[in-house]
Amino acid sequence: MRKILFESLVSDPLTERPPSPDDAAIAELAAAVDRAARRRLGRSLAIREVDAGSCNGCELEIHALNNAFYDLERFGIRFVASPRHADVLLVTGPVTKNMREALERTFRSTPDPKWVVAIGDCAVDGGIFVDSYAVVGGVSAVVPVDLHIRGCPPTPMAMLKGLLALLDTTSDGEPARSSGAG
Amino acid sequence: MIETVSKGQRVEGHRPWPRIVVDAATWNAAATALAEGQVSLAGLWGESETVHMAVTDGAGRAAAVISLECPDGRFPSVGRVHPPAIRLERAIADLFGLLPEGLPDVRPWLDHGRWGVRHPLGRRAESARAPAAYRFLAAEGESLHQIPVGPVHAGIIEPGHFRFTANGETVVRLEERLGYVHKGIEGLAAGADIAHAAKLAGRTSGDSTVAYAMAYAHAVEAALAVAAPPRAVWLRALMAELERLANHFGDVGAVCNDAAFTLAHAHFGVLRESVLRVADACFGHRLMRDRIVPGGLAVDLDDEGAASIRTLIGELDRRFPPLVELYDNTASLKDRTFGTGVLNQTLARQFGAGGFVGRASGRDFDARRWPGYAPYDVLEFKVPVLSTGDVNARVWVRIEEIRQSLSLIGQILDRLPAGMVRVELPPRDGEGLGLVEGFRGDILVWLRIVGGRIKRCHLRDPSWFQWPLLEAVIEGNIVADFPLCNKSFNCSYSGHDL
Repeated sequence: MRKILFESLVSDPLTERPPSPDDAAIAELAAAVDRAARRRLGRSLAIREVDAGSCNGCELEIHALNNAFYDLERFGIRFVASPRHADVLLVTGPVTKNMREALERTFRSTPDPKWVVAIGDCAVDGGIFVDSYAVVGGVSAVVPVDLHIRGCPPTPMAMLKGLLALLDTTSDGEPARSSGAG
Repeated sequence: MIETVSKGQRVEGHRPWPRIVVDAATWNAAATALAEGQVSLAGLWGESETVHMAVTDGAGRAAAVISLECPDGRFPSVGRVHPPAIRLERAIADLFGLLPEGLPDVRPWLDHGRWGVRHPLGRRAESARAPAAYRFLAAEGESLHQIPVGPVHAGIIEPGHFRFTANGETVVRLEERLGYVHKGIEGLAAGADIAHAAKLAGRTSGDSTVAYAMAYAHAVEAALAVAAPPRAVWLRALMAELERLANHFGDVGAVCNDAAFTLAHAHFGVLRESVLRVADACFGHRLMRDRIVPGGLAVDLDDEGAASIRTLIGELDRRFPPLVELYDNTASLKDRTFGTGVLNQTLARQFGAGGFVGRASGRDFDARRWPGYAPYDVLEFKVPVLSTGDVNARVWVRIEEIRQSLSLIGQILDRLPAGMVRVELPPRDGEGLGLVEGFRGDILVWLRIVGGRIKRCHLRDPSWFQWPLLEAVIEGNIVADFPLCNKSFNCSYSGHDL
């Protein structure tokens, strides 16, 4: 273990440079976030992930956000265990009828101000599953959505861009890039 | 047993194994043979007026699909004598409205009373009943308390409900309730064209998208009596081994994480990411989704891609062994994984548990070996089997499998044939079955093609035979070890719920 720790000390970090926030995402978010909310949150976002029916592909890539390459926590964004601790719900999947109530209750358990980010093509409109008897549709059919990040699944970089846009829009003042991230 | 069944009426155009239509007496004899352990259950599924089961013999050398017509909407329950069939039959009852007579557990399974319809795939769908509270099984005794968990869990994982009954810290009973991510995939596949259903198959369980696409392609190619070109066959195996590597790296790290050993988690996460990046560079998608299609592949691998995979393998060969040493020499970690969540060999065999769950408990089965499929018949690899059945054994089987996959990828690159990667599918009707070893275990796909469209497609995830065992292994363990046990199984919710 000592050897591995030592090597980590002397080798360069693997972490990617932060991408610039997605312009389209900023536009989608601009209307959703007011100044009061920005002041309250500062540059810190707590995310509760909710799988509302996904195939698990999106979850794999959300996990990747925490690995050494993307290292989401350096931006002040972290995943929390309860919706009661969350500012953001990151929702994946077409919403299945069997998950609808759980998603609604999770949303209601999240304190205001809060944002919902829908991850993946299925979360936009139900995707390939939309015509099923077992599927409600996209996330916005059940709870209001502030930002969509497309992809099947979206790459970690695409998610990072979207979340940084959210952070930029929610933080008061300097954009994320110039305030010492990384 | 399979010889007895073969006397029934054999269905034309079902490949590669025979499908035999039997009477109720032979169906019951098959159930008894399952209960006695002469054969293993590989699948049990419905159609509007028929039930089918796939069985393999104990020695793993013969297999058959047995069908029973049930125009009156009833069939003799297999779960009555063979518990691994119970949840499959509950699902058949929910989806098709066929009644398994004598089934000991008649509670709905996938149907939570929220679809707005009953028996959606049956002869006639019926309007829904009001959602009723689910009746969990009782646990009686002094000082017991219940802990309900889910469907929304604390981590970034799929939804499902776990109902623990505990005495202090010790789990007395765990009962799973699943079905939350039921998307009606088999309903969507019915009537779809072959290409569209391939997309659905590849979205059944995201972590196994390559294995599902491959099992589906095998089934389609069997039904249409067509073979994918050799280069495609070899590249499919290459993708399958990359997928296995990525999942094993991720999950071994995640098991360490659930024992609060985050250093290993971070390092295994780096290895997983490096595999996904090379997959993306070579095949244009990190998870290699929609790359395997019936008839071959949607993409080819160029020389530059092959070289980058070789570099990756060299890199992993260098970086993986120190991490194995880290796992093996960290006493505080092994204290958590040793003797925790033991799956005994009898249960593993009875349930036909596939993948590392079965192989860590003495069940020597790997679909790459048997029934086997190209190119694995000419590749050298070992199938690691252990007998202790604890969390450590499941981790250790996966460590060994990582070594095997690294070797397999090298062999594939050495011998990769040239040529085209896709053939046209002939316009033909037929029925086909595919059995492919995903990272989690054997995935079964059965389908019928009529007029270029999927008439019926059934996808059976290995998790069907692993989830029930998780309930068994947690008994007597402490609640705090549940995440560790659960991660060491890593069953699929979406693959199971469909």
